[in-house]
Amino acid sequence: MRHIISLLLENEAGALSRVAGLFSARGYNIESLTVAPTEDPSLSRMTIVTHGTEEIIEQITKQLNKLIDVVKLTDMTEGPHIERELMMVKVRAEGHDREEHKRLCEIFRGRIIDVTDTTYVIELTGDSEKMDAFLDALGEKAILEVVRTGISGIARGKRAMHV
Amino acid sequence: MELTGAEIFVRCLQEEGVEYVFGYPGGAVLHIYDALYQQDEIQHILVRHEQAAVHAADGYARASGRPGVVLVTSGPGATNAVTGIATAYMDSSPLVVFTGQVPTHLIGNDAFQEVDSVGITRPCVKHNFLVKDVCDLAETIKKAFYIATTGRPGPVVVDIPKDVTSNRCTYHYPKEIRLRSYNPTTRGHTGQIKKAVDLILSAKRPMIYTGGGVILDDASEELVEFTRLLGYPITHTLMGLGAYPAEDPQFVGMLGMHGTYEANMAMHNCDVLIAIGARFDDRVTGNVEKFCPAAKIVHVDIDPASISKNVKVDIPIVGPVHDVLRQMLRILKKTDRRPDAEALAAWWEQIEEWRALDCLKYDRESPLIKPQYVIETLYRLTGGDAYITSDVGQHQMWTAQYFKFNKPRRWINSGGLGTMGFGLPAAMGVQMAFPEATVCCVTGEGSIQMNIQELSTCRQFGLPIKIINLNNRYLGMVRQWQEFFYEKRYAMSYMESLPDFVSLAQSYGHVGMRIEKPEDVEGALREALAMKDRLVFLDFITDQTENVYPMIPAGAGQNEMILV
Repeated sequence: MRHIISLLLENEAGALSRVAGLFSARGYNIESLTVAPTEDPSLSRMTIVTHGTEEIIEQITKQLNKLIDVVKLTDMTEGPHIERELMMVKVRAEGHDREEHKRLCEIFRGRIIDVTDTTYVIELTGDSEKMDAFLDALGEKAILEVVRTGISGIARGKRAMHV
Repeated sequence: MELTGAEIFVRCLQEEGVEYVFGYPGGAVLHIYDALYQQDEIQHILVRHEQAAVHAADGYARASGRPGVVLVTSGPGATNAVTGIATAYMDSSPLVVFTGQVPTHLIGNDAFQEVDSVGITRPCVKHNFLVKDVCDLAETIKKAFYIATTGRPGPVVVDIPKDVTSNRCTYHYPKEIRLRSYNPTTRGHTGQIKKAVDLILSAKRPMIYTGGGVILDDASEELVEFTRLLGYPITHTLMGLGAYPAEDPQFVGMLGMHGTYEANMAMHNCDVLIAIGARFDDRVTGNVEKFCPAAKIVHVDIDPASISKNVKVDIPIVGPVHDVLRQMLRILKKTDRRPDAEALAAWWEQIEEWRALDCLKYDRESPLIKPQYVIETLYRLTGGDAYITSDVGQHQMWTAQYFKFNKPRRWINSGGLGTMGFGLPAAMGVQMAFPEATVCCVTGEGSIQMNIQELSTCRQFGLPIKIINLNNRYLGMVRQWQEFFYEKRYAMSYMESLPDFVSLAQSYGHVGMRIEKPEDVEGALREALAMKDRLVFLDFITDQTENVYPMIPAGAGQNEMILV
């Protein structure tokens, strides 16, 4: 099953490699991993998307908690939550495709953020399914380049993750 | 007053009450060595290879319960230490390992003797640090000792660039340290403990299975009281030997791949398994699908990640073993409930039947020296009052089987990583911790050659270790597997061109003896043990074909043992 694990970790050199190293050393898979500083400069927030049986997820969370740099851990998938990622797609935009892509972009509530006479760069946010659907709709031929941030997650409601 | 980093380093170690630093100097740590030279509270033990420094500190830590301290230089100093660090990590031994590093402005430049020590050691330490500012040094050292010795202990590496040791800062050593991200459990959950005691008292065929955690937490006394109060059979892992007196009839021997028939059969057939400070290692469980098929399992461990990692347990209890056992004892003493005496008597009858098979019997009439006989004689002559270190292989298993460990912290071996070359340097550390004690290193001609250079260290520091070399001219455990599982194709397991160990020992300034006949074993051991101030290298020429029995082949169940 797919799980989204959120971590608050010490914003220190090497903290990221401790987490990444744990996953590779123990053979856990990482679908995506994002990390950035938080409002507290001493902490980073990391979101990891991973797959595994309940036993494996239990081990992943225990092993992560064991890392000295991990301050707090939540499995977002245990409760209602919101997940988002940002994607930028460079597409071929020539002839009648220019209009077509623009329309598609509107339907998906994306934005065109860069234009040349032959290309667009489209920005889109949403969950992973929406990203996939957009790429499908564009079609392989139109796509020149795709860059995705990976999932960031936050709990719905009053539940908040802080130290 | 401002001090240099090197002076701060020494002050911090003094503050921690460090007696010995095991190490080897080099360019990056010269300032530190200079500061050590100008004081005499801390003694530095100069080894002949950095791996040995770590094993020695590890041996010191395991025997004494105090953290072991290592100091090595950057680059090859650090990489040579890695095997020792990984060994300590697998067996949860509290070490603080200081590695020198090139000056901060050269880091990342492929400088002379530069290696990413923090990166290389990351997967085999409890935690590690790179100190970039001299003003962080004292606090980092405090953190390192705190992390290494609390919770589930383990090695911590502190990497110190050379300029940090010459820069100056005001010295202040924090009395206490708190880490917001590290709070080891100090008490077991009362509710879980109550549930566990209920289950334990309802057992018809109970089994207590304990490991290194009991030794590390100094919970032997509580374990003995708990076991005697219940009257249940108890077994230990390789790492747990000595927690419960091996001579006591409730002890059914070690379990696992080379455990006793009665221990493994009792595990396989028990209905309640009480696992304490053990981690269900593959050498214990065999095939996990076939492990304790009828048992409800209680598991006590300080490390939550050890619980339900390999085997799903029914009642997990996270906490220090001594605290959980005390809480259990309190409940057991208050309640009127007692174990089912009738069921327990029947269970013991069954266990005695298994025990009667005498699975550790061997040919006592052989004209060749049987390794088991050497260990039995060593036990008899020392009365068990000795510290025994070992290397890895057949000799290690025979020692675990035939030396009856009656006290904790007396059996020092590399259980998790299985590091050949551990025994001699570990014995040095043990002897430093207990200068008056009898310290024996049981080894083989393969293992001893992996750190034989330490005979020189032993000479320098006058360490009267007794080396029991069970010399069968084979890498015995490899040979045994090749005999059983590779149709006797003995690929590279024969040791050719062995040195003359007697004259080798003599050339290092020690006493050497070669023993070739069974009737000479006892006399030689007696003579060696009587030499209180000399290292004696006893080279026992043993039966080449002897195997370690019983054996559970890898992947088999606990009830599928190969007996003699």
